[in-house]
Amino acid sequence: MTGEDSAWFDEDAGPLARPYTFTRGRTHVARDDLNMITLVVALRRHHGGELDHAHGRILESCQDPISIAEVAAGADLPLGVVKVLLSDLIEQNYVIFRTGLAKHSSAASPDTLQKVLDGIREL
Amino acid sequence: MEFVSSDRMIRPAINATALKILIAGGFGVGKTTLVGSVSEIEPLRTEEQLTERSAGVDDVTGVEQKRTTTVALDFGRITINQELILYLFGTPGQDRFWFMWDELAQGALGAIVLADTRRLASCFAAIDFFEERNVPFVVGVNCFDGTQMYTVDEVRGALDVDPFVPVLLCDVRQRESTKKVLTTLLEHIMSLTGHAQRAAGDG
Repeated sequence: MTGEDSAWFDEDAGPLARPYTFTRGRTHVARDDLNMITLVVALRRHHGGELDHAHGRILESCQDPISIAEVAAGADLPLGVVKVLLSDLIEQNYVIFRTGLAKHSSAASPDTLQKVLDGIREL
Repeated sequence: MEFVSSDRMIRPAINATALKILIAGGFGVGKTTLVGSVSEIEPLRTEEQLTERSAGVDDVTGVEQKRTTTVALDFGRITINQELILYLFGTPGQDRFWFMWDELAQGALGAIVLADTRRLASCFAAIDFFEERNVPFVVGVNCFDGTQMYTVDEVRGALDVDPFVPVLLCDVRQRESTKKVLTTLLEHIMSLTGHAQRAAGDG
């Protein structure tokens, strides 16, 4: 992941840049344990040069714990693309993650549900 | 629009649990308004690209025709505490493609189906989707401009939802009204969980 071969890329081009531009022609794949509410957080900052623009931007956006949906919204990239970029960053120990609930809602304990209920009432 | 937070901004812990509730209903029924009325952030938009497999397979080549479509989600956040974050995702209203989006329903705590009595049919698909996937839901009948054309019972009958599914009138522009819909959903989920646990205990 050097910065050089993505340097032609102009952010202002927006939708003209197809998603695989960011993910290097799909040589990278997303981990299947990431979902839209998986929380991610950076372990370190980006000190230039070591990451390309897209990865560096994603890393900067998760300095505090944040969901993948929020990272994607901030980067204005589809969720799938952001998952691939985050998978790369996780692989290289730039980012750690904590997945949300498992597949089924029954995984939420009565205690958790009660806390959510109380939290909403207090809004 | 006013948002709940700023004075409530809490930095979540990395071991926090993130939960999600889905808000579904026809186009223009007020899903994003509902999200915005309780979210601590201005609703954000994210999108995903879904690949649709066509029903027909080309007999000659054996290659399935595929189409990619982009669906957008508006979502908001309620930080309950450092360990618990609730996300509210409004499903895309206009198209049918989100029904293919398995990840959307996976791990969802529950759902709110927002209904507009002028176009009740526009929420049938969402109700089917949640029933098929066993996602607990409540129906909120959004009363636009104070118009209340039908009673809750009439709406329940028209939508043909199970008798235990809560149906309530709401005005999702009002935070208190949205909170009522959310707390009704939470209580509904808790009662279903309680029933399931008692059933398991009896067996």
